[in-house]
Amino acid sequence: MQEDCEVNDPVIRYLGDSALSVEFGNRIDAELVSRVHAFDAALNQLCLAGVVETVPTYRATTVIFDPLTADVREIEAAVLRLASTESDAGRPVGQLWEVPVTYGQDFGIDLDDVAAHAGMTPSDLVEAHADPEYLVAMVGFLPGFSYLSGLDPRLSTPRRSEPRARIPASSISIGGQQTAIGSLEGPSGWHVIGRTPARPFHPGRMPEFLFEPGDRIRFRPVSAREWSELDRGATRGALVAERVDG
Amino acid sequence: MTALEIVQCGPGASVQDAGRYGFRRFGVSTAGAMDRRALALANTLAGNQPDAAALELPLAGAEFRVVGGPVLLAAHGPGTTLAVPGRLVSERSSVQVGDGDTVMIGPPREGVYSYVAVAGGILTRPVLGSRSCHRRSGIGGDVLSPGDRLPCIGGSDNAPLHFPEGMTYCGRDAIRIVPGPQAGFFEDVTWSRLLSSSYRISPRSDRMGLRLEGPALRSSTGHDIVSEGVVPGSVQVPGDGNPIVLGRDCQTTGGYPKIATVISADLDRLAQVQVGRDVRFRIVSEGDAIDAARRSAHWRSSLKSSAEPVNGASPDLLSQNLIGGITRGDDL
Repeated sequence: MQEDCEVNDPVIRYLGDSALSVEFGNRIDAELVSRVHAFDAALNQLCLAGVVETVPTYRATTVIFDPLTADVREIEAAVLRLASTESDAGRPVGQLWEVPVTYGQDFGIDLDDVAAHAGMTPSDLVEAHADPEYLVAMVGFLPGFSYLSGLDPRLSTPRRSEPRARIPASSISIGGQQTAIGSLEGPSGWHVIGRTPARPFHPGRMPEFLFEPGDRIRFRPVSAREWSELDRGATRGALVAERVDG
Repeated sequence: MTALEIVQCGPGASVQDAGRYGFRRFGVSTAGAMDRRALALANTLAGNQPDAAALELPLAGAEFRVVGGPVLLAAHGPGTTLAVPGRLVSERSSVQVGDGDTVMIGPPREGVYSYVAVAGGILTRPVLGSRSCHRRSGIGGDVLSPGDRLPCIGGSDNAPLHFPEGMTYCGRDAIRIVPGPQAGFFEDVTWSRLLSSSYRISPRSDRMGLRLEGPALRSSTGHDIVSEGVVPGSVQVPGDGNPIVLGRDCQTTGGYPKIATVISADLDRLAQVQVGRDVRFRIVSEGDAIDAARRSAHWRSSLKSSAEPVNGASPDLLSQNLIGGITRGDDL
């Protein structure tokens, strides 16, 4: 098999008696993550008996099932059937969002360091970060914490050697070749370059979570003043991040 | 409204039920009682469904006051004691407690977690479908401290219940595991080491993970993988080679190789193993693990047929089968 032939059949690996992982690969790769999300969406549409929830990530989707009601042979068969028939891998499955961000200053205390590491001016770095359309590859670590794929490789920055005990909620950060939209205040070894007034997780608001794995993200740089206005709205439950059609 | 008012409790006391499902894709941990058998036993004694929300007390006891009316309550855990004004109550019985009375729960002398159930369950506000506290995210509220009030229905019309036989908690049988998604990262000699050695529960264990100390498990393929989904019971092996069995509060994704998964029927028993004690592991198939999970769930839901009124048991409830159903809690 040629090396560039990367799209293989997924492998099913059990996590005990209540979950199995459908693994498509072992790397961070745009094509791979799109395939995982297309598969995850198709699998959820089947509404298989006993499937409680699925957790899609960069390279696999984990199927949590109820061992009392699930027939694992049926789940396995459905996985293999879907994998052999999926034709729309790579088709975006989620919602496109425009997310306001204030870069630098108190909002992104590591912006200058990351720019220096990339050999860029801070404003070029902001442009390079705000330019691409990202994919929400997975949500994990804390509720609503959204890992994005699509970071310009020039912006890759090794994680901090000394993690911080706390960074603010809704921080935009870079760690290695990944970038993320934070949710709750929490510990982090990533570099904070900005902050959005949007709350990826806001208990009591509908919807409680903004971004779902498979969604796409565009960043819109905003001034500190606009951040404050939007933040007031977000406190009262406004989404602040906007759904974009198409 | 009737409530339990905390007078004192140890660190980490919290409200727990069966946990929170359907939100792991948003990074929301399942949480839930660390020992669902003990939760089911306490709830059954209080006349509840096995998974009703109850008070989980790690390591220490607690003192609380019943306010706003009488309640029926039960405490269950390995070596847990329950004292109400004027008497000690067996961990195999529920008891009616009067308005204003103080209840003392002793520490679980032979284990880690005790559960206090009240008739009708603890009625804190559910968040995302569960009352379980997930401390790290704050979902389901914070851990408890003196002065906190846990609302409940209360009432004096619930009859106290009793189990005729006790239950042995910390059986010495090996903990059953199924090989994990990265089982192949570990060579045969490493697998032999895992299966032939004892691993000691580290003091750095908590609801997020049970850290084990013993012969190091080195991966020939490294100890970093691209993050993927993990579950309670996943046995992660970070670079130092000391395995971590993820607990109910674990994150939804992780980037360490997972050599194995503890089967869900044995997670309860493992949670009750005290710091400094040793555990061993043995492999079963996922089919056997699923069968064990089904037996375990059946055992929890059939407990109510073993509970009898404290005064005047009907003879047919004392049949050997039903009694055996309780004592065999470890062998499921």
